Amino acid sequence: MIIVDTANHIAALAAKMAKPHVIAAYPITPQTTIVERLAEYVEKGELNAEYIRVESEHSAMAACIAAAATGARTFTATSSHGLLLMHEMLHWAGLARLPVVMVNVNRAIGPGWNIWSDLNDSLAQRDTGWIQFYASSNQEVFDSVIQAYKIAENEEILLPAMVSYDGFILSHTSMPVEVPEQSKIDEFLPDFKPGWILDVENPITHGNIVPPEPYMEIRYSMQKAMEKAKKVIEEIGEEYGKKFGREYGLVEEYRCEDADYVIVAMAAMAAEAKVAVDELRQKGEKVGLLKLRTFRPFPHERLKHDKMIVIDRDICPGLGGIVYNEIKGNGSEIYGFIAGLGGVDVSYKDIERMYELAKEGKEGWYPTEVK
Amino acid sequence: MVPNGGEIMAIKDLPMDEYILKGHAACPGCPATIALRITLKALGKKTILIVPACCSAVIQALHPHTAFNVPTLNIAFEASAAAASGVAAALKMLEKKDVLPVVWAGDGGSYDIGLQALSGALERGTDFIYICYNNQMYSNTGIQRSGATPYGAWTTTTWTGKKERQKELAEIVMAHHIPYVATATIAYPEDLYEKMKKAKEMKGPRYIEILSPCPPGWRFDMSKTVEMSKLAVETGAWVLYEVINGELKFTGYSKRILEGKERKPIEEWLKMQGRFRHLKPEDIEKIKQQLDEKWQHYKKIYGGKE
Repeated sequence: MIIVDTANHIAALAAKMAKPHVIAAYPITPQTTIVERLAEYVEKGELNAEYIRVESEHSAMAACIAAAATGARTFTATSSHGLLLMHEMLHWAGLARLPVVMVNVNRAIGPGWNIWSDLNDSLAQRDTGWIQFYASSNQEVFDSVIQAYKIAENEEILLPAMVSYDGFILSHTSMPVEVPEQSKIDEFLPDFKPGWILDVENPITHGNIVPPEPYMEIRYSMQKAMEKAKKVIEEIGEEYGKKFGREYGLVEEYRCEDADYVIVAMAAMAAEAKVAVDELRQKGEKVGLLKLRTFRPFPHERLKHDKMIVIDRDICPGLGGIVYNEIKGNGSEIYGFIAGLGGVDVSYKDIERMYELAKEGKEGWYPTEVK
Repeated sequence: MVPNGGEIMAIKDLPMDEYILKGHAACPGCPATIALRITLKALGKKTILIVPACCSAVIQALHPHTAFNVPTLNIAFEASAAAASGVAAALKMLEKKDVLPVVWAGDGGSYDIGLQALSGALERGTDFIYICYNNQMYSNTGIQRSGATPYGAWTTTTWTGKKERQKELAEIVMAHHIPYVATATIAYPEDLYEKMKKAKEMKGPRYIEILSPCPPGWRFDMSKTVEMSKLAVETGAWVLYEVINGELKFTGYSKRILEGKERKPIEEWLKMQGRFRHLKPEDIEKIKQQLDEKWQHYKKIYGGKE
């Protein structure tokens, strides 16, 4: 069935179809319409779940963690300051190996208050042990939420997963989305089998004082799971493709085969870059797009093109573009642009311009300071 | 003596079940461990314990061992009540309706950093018991001032004595209109046990606060924990009561004080504790005055005679 709706409503629908037992939610712009819609599903009896109206995002994540530790499939959604408030608990979910699934609608961080798109909120969570997906269309939002559960709950992975997309550019924009039947989703996504559980018949203590050596073992096993997730993400993305006709992986390559330059972008910027690539190809330029779908685990091995132009809608003050710096040092010739922070519009025309500038050997803050 | 003024069990009648195992890491004379031992005897096997950062996170002993024989989830300092909401929701969905989520938190995690989550969980009606074992300071980090530290007390962040009064968390909790609120202390284990049992039989949010005199923190001999708890009640520094659906009743020795029995002089309690050693006569006068005001307030509202 084709549905035309906003990414937020599509995310809520995907969460509903994944049948979470527990949803903990707190409002924040531009995420709010996700949790509003989920509350409606639960109150109308369309979704059998416990909906916890928490008093903060920190509590939302704490509640999801505790529910997952009790054996429940969980969901929450947030943005920006909400995600930052969760930061401590994001680490907790990661280290506790609890496959909580969350949607983050990317929004800039204040002050001053800015509700528009910027990836700094979720990129700042890169070390928390969460698998991170970035979606460029409402269809990808739907498909990624469903896959996120299967990947996170995989018995070899058991890590939390976050699906992020741009505030307003996607969150409040309607697009057509192919929504599979519930029975097909049920076939694809098996019941949650917890890795460990709080069980009165088999009491365990989780998270008490852990000495240095076993702590390092916990970190090591988390790293191994993250490495393994690369393979699992591709396998599950392929399985999803066979079942639903849309295949996914760590990255999406577009017209890269003979490209002299490859533009690297993520989230909505990647959709815009696709248009720029088509325009440039029409002008005879040999350029392609590499869309990063997963930021954690980071697909280094897929970023081996000779010349790359990396566009960051984010900034690490004192270092530069976050994605640029992740890739830098891999042997490629890389041009980095900082663009679109706080929701500054970046059109395909701007991306074409960045390509032209990179060809001249220039990079920097677009358009104000390019050298 | 009959603390509740009625028929009550003897200590020897407490269940033989033990959920605090040998090999725990509590200090000698630790009141929190005594309180948890009695609490779990009342609540039983079908309890999921949620513990934020506090002494009891250490008392459990080192991973991969544990001294707690009920499933225990350690969680971040400010997050225990929110975690209880998560556990309660999952238990409901997974149809494990006879299992009870119980928070076991210190006063730092309850009065201060965890107050927001506690208030949230109470307001949204989470079906759980929240227990605050109150030792009137951050003891696990080495005796720092908390919102529960009384006026005048030395801590490592109030070297010359705390300049402010403590807040009354149980009274803040009461403002949430929850079914059950009670206070207790380990000097009266039967009273503590009975209150836990009563809470267990109820639904919705329930709150119990246990005064927990800490020998290293309060600077007294580890053999005096019970006496210190008892004297706190007899001097009126700690008050025993329970509130069922909004109706407050004083219990045990506190009830007798309300009904006219004279409080023991507060100096008896203060002089047993090194944390009050530096107090000047005018400080003690101020403490006495605060205590008199508190009891006058109780007698006015709850019908006792002065």
